[in-house]
Amino acid sequence: MAFGSNTLDVSVWRGDADGGKFESFQVPSQESQTILDVVVWIQQKIDPSLAYRYACRVGMCGSCAMSVNGQPRWTCRTHVQKVLRGRRVEIAPLRNLPVIKDLATDMDPFFEKWVRAEGVFHPTLTRNDEIARVSPVDQRRVEADAAVECINCAICYASCDTVQGNPDYLGPAALNRAWTLVNDVKDGKRSSILEAVSQEGGCHNCHSQGSCAKFCPNELSPITSIAGLKRETTKSFFGRG
Amino acid sequence: MMRPHRSHPLWLAYILHRLSGLALAIFLPAHFYVLSLALTAPNDLDGFLHWADKPLVKVAEFGLVFLLAVHFFGGLRLMAFELLAWSKDQKTLAAASVAFSFLIAASFLLRAI
Repeated sequence: MAFGSNTLDVSVWRGDADGGKFESFQVPSQESQTILDVVVWIQQKIDPSLAYRYACRVGMCGSCAMSVNGQPRWTCRTHVQKVLRGRRVEIAPLRNLPVIKDLATDMDPFFEKWVRAEGVFHPTLTRNDEIARVSPVDQRRVEADAAVECINCAICYASCDTVQGNPDYLGPAALNRAWTLVNDVKDGKRSSILEAVSQEGGCHNCHSQGSCAKFCPNELSPITSIAGLKRETTKSFFGRG
Repeated sequence: MMRPHRSHPLWLAYILHRLSGLALAIFLPAHFYVLSLALTAPNDLDGFLHWADKPLVKVAEFGLVFLLAVHFFGGLRLMAFELLAWSKDQKTLAAASVAFSFLIAASFLLRAI
């Protein structure tokens, strides 16, 4: 593909857990270019040591999220033209996660919190049982369906100021996952989940700032799920849930 | 300067709620002190009330009532979202709570002048 006549001035954060700084690269501007295209171009044409993470390139795997001009985004589906400031674009690793190297963050704390929030399915049947029938119009199924398309990209986690201020806070994604299981009639440990999400660092720490819903690339609303958890844990506390 | 990930209505509603709460907490001790003057030093209270008739103080009162209104309705908004069946239209409600606060503060100002 022919390069456009313009060149992008791209600042890329370079460093590791001990610190780092922005490094400037000149990248040819192309039509329909994504931020991930820019990062790949830098790594393939200028500096092979640039570290970053991606897999599917089509917005399904959730591995390529980075901070673009200060906002968390899925870089494979973010067109350069939509985020450009003049000719400049700034690319950094996601906030609120430890940096491994350059643009690659350590996702372990993020997924550890999914487990802490009991965000794992607790089966009640075996493969020998009949498949449970769940009506798609059942109210609880509707609630779960609205939250179930999470791709684990950690964009909500990076956008959340409560996560930034309280490293113990489970974060929007883990709580959103817990909410889908609370509403899953096939899950056998509803009360354990409600217990897990009402501990210190749980759903009641959310300040309803709404950045999770604002930036979720799949247009989910973790703030809605967390509000649901607040309601259900409150009902459970008063013995009505 | 505001960080880019914070530039959306719900975050602004959050910070407005926090700052108005903080400002009201700072105001309350002064408020109670002035009220206590009614018992301890009525003459000082009369002097203060006379001073409080100045236009600049009236404008400050407008700000105070605005803070109270914005905090009150911001709190109602949060409780509605978290404890009632949740509406997706948070932005609209956030904006409406601010607008309603303005309405109350403005009507207070009009009455005062």
